[in-house]
Amino acid sequence: MSRQRKSSAFDIASQIRHGEVSCEEHISEILENIQQQEPTFHAYIRIVEDSLDAARKIDQRVKRGEKLGKLCGLGVAIKDNISTKGIQTTCASRMLLDYVPPYDATVVERIRKEDGIILGKTNMDEFGMGSTTEFSFFGPTKNPLDPTLVAGGSSGGSAAAVSLFEADLALGSDTGGSVRCPASFCSIVGLKPTYGRVSRYGLISYASSLEQIGQLGRTAEDCALLLDSIAGYDTMDSTSLRAETKDNLSRPSNDLDGVRIGVIKEFMDGTVEPVSKAINDAIGIMESLGATSQEVSLPSLRFALSSYYIIAMSEASSNLARYDGLRYGHESGFTDDDWQRFFSKNRAYGFGSEVKKRLIIGTFVLIAGYYERFYLKAQQARSQVRNDFIQQFKNFDVLVGPTMPLLPFRLGEKLTDPLALYMCDIDTVPANLAGIPSISVPVSAGTPIGLQILGPILGEEKIISVARIYEEATR
Amino acid sequence: MKRQPAKMSMTETQEYEILIGLEIHCQLTSVPTKLFCSCSSDYREKAPNSVICPVCMGLPGTLPVLSRSAIEKGLMLALALECTPVTRLIFYRKNYFYPDLPKNYQITQYDKGGASPLAYNGTIKISDGHSIPITRINLEEDPGRLTYQGSIQTSPYALVDYNRAGVVLAEVVTAPELRTPKEARLALESVQAILEHLGSFESTLDGSIRCDANISLARGNRVEVKNITSFKDVARALTFEITRQRGLLSKGIPIKMETRHWDEKRRITVSLRVKEGEAEYRYFPDPDLLPIEISKTELSELKAAIPELPESRAKRFVLDFGINEETAKTLVRGKGLADLFEESSKEFKNYDKLAHLLSADLLGVLNRSEIDLNDTKITPKHILRILKLEADGVISGPAARDLVTQLVNTGDLPSHIAEEKTKITDKKLLEAEIHKAFMNAPQAVNDAKTNENAINYLLGIVMGLTKGRADPKETLTMIKKMLEKSRQ
Ligand SMILES: [Zn+2]
Repeated sequence: MSRQRKSSAFDIASQIRHGEVSCEEHISEILENIQQQEPTFHAYIRIVEDSLDAARKIDQRVKRGEKLGKLCGLGVAIKDNISTKGIQTTCASRMLLDYVPPYDATVVERIRKEDGIILGKTNMDEFGMGSTTEFSFFGPTKNPLDPTLVAGGSSGGSAAAVSLFEADLALGSDTGGSVRCPASFCSIVGLKPTYGRVSRYGLISYASSLEQIGQLGRTAEDCALLLDSIAGYDTMDSTSLRAETKDNLSRPSNDLDGVRIGVIKEFMDGTVEPVSKAINDAIGIMESLGATSQEVSLPSLRFALSSYYIIAMSEASSNLARYDGLRYGHESGFTDDDWQRFFSKNRAYGFGSEVKKRLIIGTFVLIAGYYERFYLKAQQARSQVRNDFIQQFKNFDVLVGPTMPLLPFRLGEKLTDPLALYMCDIDTVPANLAGIPSISVPVSAGTPIGLQILGPILGEEKIISVARIYEEATR
Repeated sequence: MKRQPAKMSMTETQEYEILIGLEIHCQLTSVPTKLFCSCSSDYREKAPNSVICPVCMGLPGTLPVLSRSAIEKGLMLALALECTPVTRLIFYRKNYFYPDLPKNYQITQYDKGGASPLAYNGTIKISDGHSIPITRINLEEDPGRLTYQGSIQTSPYALVDYNRAGVVLAEVVTAPELRTPKEARLALESVQAILEHLGSFESTLDGSIRCDANISLARGNRVEVKNITSFKDVARALTFEITRQRGLLSKGIPIKMETRHWDEKRRITVSLRVKEGEAEYRYFPDPDLLPIEISKTELSELKAAIPELPESRAKRFVLDFGINEETAKTLVRGKGLADLFEESSKEFKNYDKLAHLLSADLLGVLNRSEIDLNDTKITPKHILRILKLEADGVISGPAARDLVTQLVNTGDLPSHIAEEKTKITDKKLLEAEIHKAFMNAPQAVNDAKTNENAINYLLGIVMGLTKGRADPKETLTMIKKMLEKSRQ
């Protein structure tokens, strides 16, 4: 454990590549961590069996002097809504308990190609619907900093696994903050790339137009390493971008000289004291590194949260229609001679209450008449949000604010207050509506407060380098 | 101008005007893949659920990728039907639960609230001279297939085969301006002929063209009839439905707005569901597919690539072959018949005769026996053979028509005339046969001196004696020579 505590994934990969550390030893340590800590924290839904075999193979190839990929022997955890061939992929739902994908998601394929080792599938809110990982059929994931607190969500399992050294890196999905929120609560780094930067093929859809596969790591550099391993156009995803893949790992300069930072007023306004103070301190540090900052207002952000939920739930109501018990969820054992009743029974049985709530709302807002009043309105608001960001990026290199407006709270605390729970996403959903990249970095090591840095479309390089410089200055 | 709807005359004194609209679903069978995945579109006669992949099965996490070829073929159809194509293609999700839909939504197109189909406002010209307005053309994915044991109502189970799921469908929606079941059939035929000429479509494939029809009598509620899977059934289903509705109306029972299923086994329509207002499909743009821009250049390239279509082909037939317009129009009602004509015309120059044999005799037999030309194995060789035998006087006109009937029913000609067997050209052999003929018909020999017909009669005898193997030209020359000789 000691070596990992000191090293970033980037360094570990380099040590394995050069034969300084055996991959087998490294993965064994991770598996030990998993064994010791899982009963308390529950980051994983399923651990794969053959990761030690895979590690031994990496060692043999190193010995033979073969050239290894970017992720050379690193242990990667995969959120359980990303398809893994031959490994159950449940979305933490009873509906998909027995679903084994016959194919790998493009990102999983690329991780394997870069010699990453898939360790297991991580816990999440059912189908990604939640901000705490409490809405999992398998029970909640607990916060690595304090197991009485929520880990954030919906990629809470992935964030906890990385934070607990139960993985070097993890993939999550970020529909409205599902990578950045748990990264912030678990005090690690979480990156949501530009919409289309990473192929969604194999990511089990919650809200197709909003979600991106995101990277979780203990440093911004680690997130960049994982992003560079999986990003790029994919013929299987019509929404993936043909943009050039930049090398986000190139060493940034040591300071933030000339970097223009806009501080999003709307993010700061609704934030609790300890968080806003920490963010202001962080901005102070960035200024001391040479950046200039200025408060900016994006008026359309007041529509962001409600637009986000309308669009996400609408898309979900259609995306999740396929789970009807005919092909998935048949472990329920129901039969009926009327297929409509059969579908209803299975859906009532297979989905949890939060999913049902969102599907019902989503179904409602798509009905002719309501469609115009809700869905189309939400899309208009979305365009305004996008335009406001485009305008601001003419004046600023990056925009910043808190990732979460509050500190991690107690498990169960907000379960009875759905609106309060939805309010947690207020600072993360704008990036998804606008399709822009955003990264969350701890304001200081071990603190469950994330500084959110947002960049323009395809501006990953920029936000990652700002995050890395900040990180190094605060380490 | 809108056409007046037909009044159906009644045995009673009432007349109800009839309005029929069609949604014609054509599989663009020449597109090699399904609409959104790389599975083969050739799914017929394959083991159930064998022509599938994670994408067309709608497995969790899969995404659709649009086939460019499908757009091209769809646009060509739209242009051929004189529709106005859109410049920006957007796909929508039509959400409804049904066991044949792998995703429980169908990716299709939509025409409300700013959404647009592939193309708008075209025309189907049907062979009775009418033009039926087309409202729009959509591209969409075909659902899977449900199979029942016998009839849908009594089957103890439904089996689902997803091989067809995702195959490219072009949906041609007409205005409700068709007036009779026959017109509906002609409209289908016209669309099929255009598809065939475009090379987009193989009509021999079972279920490659299907339609739903909506029918209203006396401007009452519309009834939608689904599952009409063949040409023959269009007229049948519509006639049944009109009769049913007429019966209700004459008893003063109002027609319910409902969706009915054409049960092709029992040849009746059965109620599927009674609609309360419009069905709610919760259409919204499919977020997995980005809008596709269609450039002017691409459109003009596609326009240029459109081959000769039935209408202009008929005009050319009139010009090139001097046949009358009606016949020409009849010939192009199906590409198969038109091709048969044109191929045969290369070797048989009596075009009127050829056109008549095809458009009257052959088509008549086909219609009476309810056989599609494309389902037969008739080739120009067959047609040429019959025409030649008739022209050579070997067979009579009625015999030629009999041969056409045989050809349709058996798919071939009787063996002794099917092939041009080794012809007898050997003069000695022919002389011997002609001699026999002279002996058999001395009266004809006598008449032949003054009557040309008698010469043909003698030729017929020789052909009979040689079972058609005598070379007619040579034989004729020799008969004349031998008659000369006998006169000397
Ligand atoms: Zn397929």
